Amino acid sequence: MKQFGGQALFLDRSDINTDEIIPAKYLTENTKMDLKPYALEDLKLSGFNPARDLENKSVIVSRANFGCGSSREHAVWVFEVNEINTVIAESFARIFRQNMYNCGMLAIELSAADIDTLFNLGGDVTIEVDLAESKIKARGKQTAEFSFSLNEFDRKLVEAGGWLNYADLHY
Amino acid sequence: MGQTIVEKIFAAHRRDTPTPENIILDLDVVMCHEITTPIAITDLEARGMDRVFDPDKIKAVIDHVTPAKDSKTATQGKILRDWARRHNIRDFFDIGRNGVCHALFPEKGFIRPGYTVIMGDSHTCTHGAFGAFAAGVGTTDLEVGILKGVCSFRLPRTIRVEITGELSAGVYAKDVILNIIKEITVNGATDRVLEFGGPVVDAMSMEARMTLCNMAIEAGATCGICLPDQTTAEYLWPFIKDNYATVDQAVEDFNQWHSDPDAVYEQVLRFDVSSLVPQVTYGFKPDEVKDITAMEGVPVDQIYIGSCTNGRIEDLREAARVLAGRKISDQVRGVLSPATPGVYSQALEEGIIKIFQDAGFCVTNPTCGACLGMSTGVLAEGEICASTTNRNFNGRMGKGGIVHLMSPLSAAAAAVAGKITDPRPMLA
Ligand code: SF4
Repeated sequence: MKQFGGQALFLDRSDINTDEIIPAKYLTENTKMDLKPYALEDLKLSGFNPARDLENKSVIVSRANFGCGSSREHAVWVFEVNEINTVIAESFARIFRQNMYNCGMLAIELSAADIDTLFNLGGDVTIEVDLAESKIKARGKQTAEFSFSLNEFDRKLVEAGGWLNYADLHY
Repeated sequence: MGQTIVEKIFAAHRRDTPTPENIILDLDVVMCHEITTPIAITDLEARGMDRVFDPDKIKAVIDHVTPAKDSKTATQGKILRDWARRHNIRDFFDIGRNGVCHALFPEKGFIRPGYTVIMGDSHTCTHGAFGAFAAGVGTTDLEVGILKGVCSFRLPRTIRVEITGELSAGVYAKDVILNIIKEITVNGATDRVLEFGGPVVDAMSMEARMTLCNMAIEAGATCGICLPDQTTAEYLWPFIKDNYATVDQAVEDFNQWHSDPDAVYEQVLRFDVSSLVPQVTYGFKPDEVKDITAMEGVPVDQIYIGSCTNGRIEDLREAARVLAGRKISDQVRGVLSPATPGVYSQALEEGIIKIFQDAGFCVTNPTCGACLGMSTGVLAEGEICASTTNRNFNGRMGKGGIVHLMSPLSAAAAAVAGKITDPRPMLA
């Protein structure tokens, strides 16, 4: 199983789509690693600079309907190769969310109020994820704690390191 | 308690229920294209799992960038081609026989009522038009589908979308679905099935139903679905005529895939489309939709007619109604990509290709091409495209480009006027 948590990158917008996360023209790359420089290249968010802002970040915090649009799993891989292991959002598009669990990565949904609290912690925010207890601890200028719920099957996929491993054992 | 069509399909395909909320389904069709499949193939190879669960249930096509535009896209095509040969996947569509997956596969009769279908492509929901459960998935789901013939889903909740009234002249399925997405919003149907029904859907052709279901994902839905009927059976007849004595018998059999009268819906939405006018998107989300009359005069640089949403023969006929005897504005360029070779040759036969060419359109081979900004009509920074496709995301048709989604008729009118305009006066 992967390790979850780390320093947070805040993307303050709803409906961030997978075309913005990884534009279609890079879908011809042949390895996950080749995608690395293009993460969030077309993100429509003022002041955002992917190269600078992604550095040392392991967790993305965003708003509603994260990962909508194209089914491209490249959107998850481009995070994976940039060492992002967790995305926390108010809600996810179904395919993106499933792709995260399928890759053994963590997609966590929190209420709009909890997401607001995260956005307002101030300073550099570090997030600790306790998967067994379904709890998150966030430390910035202020600290906050949340519990989250995870579908039992999705939890198994994350623990198995992804759907292919799980499916190979069971079907 | 009654069941919805998707509940019936799930019950008939249940392989496992790992938790009460999740179900593992047996798959009838796994569809593949050259953008999301090659990376699955190389991963399976690397894991020593280069196998397929059933070559007859796998359908593959090169459609997104074809013919290849550079070495990388050529390599993607080659990986898919070699794999299809290696595993005796007979339904593989290479250059010359290829077209946009969600237009080509239905045309070949691959999708039947009650089927479960996945593909590494979000617009797989198109195939719900046949009364199938068809969902877009990522590459890992695709790998497991190829290898094991199963896929996992959460148990669906269904929103019934009841469409009533009568469409007025110049208003089409595309306008209906844009209007519905505006109401539901881009995530209003996440983890839901959109079941389309009512007299307007009953009266629609299969092409129009595919347009409707195609954009279900734009409201976040897992799939869109229509109940199979006489229209479905007639469309499929060439492929099923050995299985049934008559079309009526097929229709009767398809009735098993109807939602029960007492099926439980999470929500029932009603749309009376009698007063609906042509619709168009603004902004960068498919739920940012206005009446076309409110966007009158917005200048455009390119017109794109094609894609899995609106590149079928009916769509080309609609556009040709406006283009016949007219020239497109010298301020714009027009690109037509018939969605499949079948559509292309039918359009040739009907004189439609000539109408497009005489009007000043460039006609490309069937491909996704510009729809996802990869070839044959990519936009430059700041350029605006009136498009019959399904996504107006930032950069979708080329970095910095702007897309307005609309019906083929409205796109043809924009080509003639050189700007967004109500197409209805041009029909007279
Ligand atoms: S036509 Fe566009 S939306 Fe349809 S499958 Fe091709 S790229 Fe995707």
